[in-house]
Amino acid sequence: MNQTVVLLVDDEVPFVEAMSRRLTKRGLTIIPAFSGQEALDKLASKEGERVDVVVLDVKMPGMDGLETLAAIKAKHPLIEVIMLTGHGTIESAIEGMKRGAYDYLLKPSDMDLLTTKVTEASTKKRQHESRIQEARAQMIALRRGD
Amino acid sequence: MVGPREKNGRYYRLLTRTIMLVVIGVSFVPLVLTNGVILHQFGTAYREKIYEHLDELVQKHSQNIDSFLTDRLGDIRILARSYDLWELSNETFLRRRLTLLREEYGGVYVDLGLIDSQGIQAAYAGPFKLTAADYSQAEWFQAAMEREYYISDVFLGLRGTPHFIIAVKQFFQGRDWIIRATIDFEAFNSLVENIHIGRTGFAFILNRQGEFQTKPRKEVLLTRDPYSAYLKGGSDPKKTTIVTGIDGHGVESIVAMAALKSGQWLLCCQQEAADAFASLRRTQVLALIAFLISGLGIVAVAFFLSKRMVNRLAQADQEKSVMNEKVIEAGRLASIGELAAGIAHEINNPVAIMVEEAGWVEDLLEDEDPTNEENLAELRRAAIQIKTQGRRCKEITHKLLSFARKTDPAVHEVNLNELVADVTSLLKQKTRYANVRIETKLAPDLPLVGASPSELQQVVLNLVNNAVDAVDTSGGGTVTLTTRSNKNSIFVDVADTGPGIPESDLNRIFDPFFTTKPVGQGTGLGLSICYGIVHKLGGDITVRSQLGVGSIFTVRLPMAGPSASCADDSPPAQKPIRLPISDNTLKEEG
Repeated sequence: MNQTVVLLVDDEVPFVEAMSRRLTKRGLTIIPAFSGQEALDKLASKEGERVDVVVLDVKMPGMDGLETLAAIKAKHPLIEVIMLTGHGTIESAIEGMKRGAYDYLLKPSDMDLLTTKVTEASTKKRQHESRIQEARAQMIALRRGD
Repeated sequence: MVGPREKNGRYYRLLTRTIMLVVIGVSFVPLVLTNGVILHQFGTAYREKIYEHLDELVQKHSQNIDSFLTDRLGDIRILARSYDLWELSNETFLRRRLTLLREEYGGVYVDLGLIDSQGIQAAYAGPFKLTAADYSQAEWFQAAMEREYYISDVFLGLRGTPHFIIAVKQFFQGRDWIIRATIDFEAFNSLVENIHIGRTGFAFILNRQGEFQTKPRKEVLLTRDPYSAYLKGGSDPKKTTIVTGIDGHGVESIVAMAALKSGQWLLCCQQEAADAFASLRRTQVLALIAFLISGLGIVAVAFFLSKRMVNRLAQADQEKSVMNEKVIEAGRLASIGELAAGIAHEINNPVAIMVEEAGWVEDLLEDEDPTNEENLAELRRAAIQIKTQGRRCKEITHKLLSFARKTDPAVHEVNLNELVADVTSLLKQKTRYANVRIETKLAPDLPLVGASPSELQQVVLNLVNNAVDAVDTSGGGTVTLTTRSNKNSIFVDVADTGPGIPESDLNRIFDPFFTTKPVGQGTGLGLSICYGIVHKLGGDITVRSQLGVGSIFTVRLPMAGPSASCADDSPPAQKPIRLPISDNTLKEEG
């Protein structure tokens, strides 16, 4: 099974760096992004095709977490998004759940819990993908059968 | 330098004096006017009454005396016409007539006599031996010969006692004869002497030469001034003339005069003015005593009332000052509440980094060989990062603490540029996520402002907070803070590119509890507190706004220094007090 690829989005550079190191050590592939727009750009690029899960900070300057979530879900509906939030923006995180986020975690979060959530989200995404592929194969087979 | 307490003391003393004078003035003016008018009217009416009374009295007595003289003249004329010459020249007959007259009129008639045209008394009846007395040279005889009858003035004559004569001319046997009666002075005098007016009033009669025709009860030293107009014949003899003047004894007196004996005599009634106006004087004295007592009452009430009012006022001012501080404190806490969410997030970021770095250290320590060179370098880097983020936390808490410490209303010299920089730094996190850019245009060499640093900080923070909120609602923009100064004042402009304030709201934005924010998001006290603080510092706050363009709030503050000192009679405890200490708390870690 391929390594899970995580797009980590937060405007705090040292935070993204520290998280990247720890998640990498836990066997995940990390692509860092420092704003909502950068995250969307990276998803649209070649390396973005590999992304399974986006870990997204809610409060960012410019395009905030909720807006980024909406844009990701619009273009990449299969990619799962986990929201990261401080206490003050917990309502925004719940709003994110309603708009299709996989889960939310409070900042700073337990690394093992985050790893588990990321893995679960990745599994869910890959299951979705394989089901879609199976359905597509069945449809092709049905057509050939005609 | 004048302390605030001393200045307030002077203000309250001045206020006490003003209230006292106003109360006294307002009470005294109507009192004096009313009393004055009443007293004057009463005095005039009383005088008129006294004069009318005197007039009546004098007229009555002058008629009495006139009718006495007319009656006596009538007696003698009847005598002259009723009898022949031989009867009248008979002394026995004359004596009988005299006796009859004396019986009828008491001692009024002294004697009777018949005088021929040569002035020789032909017959005489009376107590003196005057038969054959020669009156040819007597003034009265000459006057009597020229008319039908004659009443003389009082004179001593041949007998040496005061008397006057009633003479009637009668034609007998081809010659003029004079029938003469002497009227007893005492009897006539008693007519006048019995006139009593008040305690000091008396009467007397004068002839045209100013000689007494009766004996005055009090010796009247005639200055002639009061009588001169009459004596010169200038007055109407039928009317009573009333004059006041100083009599010979230096006492102010009233003299009422009326003509007698066809204007030949003058009846004078004289009374001391003090006696005539005794009741008036008594009323005036009573009124004066009442006025003085009322005046004392008014002064006492004015004194205690003003003292009490000013004490209450001072107490209310004191309470207001305490309340003001409490409201400012409450407003500040509300501002801190609004800031708290942003600050919590701002602190959460470095905390999250520290936690992750610490977690990374744990991860490294779990390695088989945690002390290899690569790991050691990572451990070192993580430690530095933790330290950096810890310091960042400290900065944030310091910024918040510098604002959250208790309000101190004491006035210091404040550098407004530093204060603006502190406030913008405090709002950095909020503006970062709100798409708001804060620009500052700080004038170099800005003079210091005399103000309470914590209060002034609150003014700027409230204005910038509002501006950031306004810009945020219109989807982002710029808030510009400008500091500038002119000769006397220092200005801070807080301009935003928000939606602007509707004109209907512009007049109300400084009112307490006026807010356009949703319920629970604004107390409506922010601008009201700003207004209160700025006015307390002797400055003002104005706003210009255009819908769709933005708003500019301008705070004007007086410069710290002698030009900013306030007038002595200014309202109490609301002006800046300069202290020689500068506040360094804000500069710490700056």
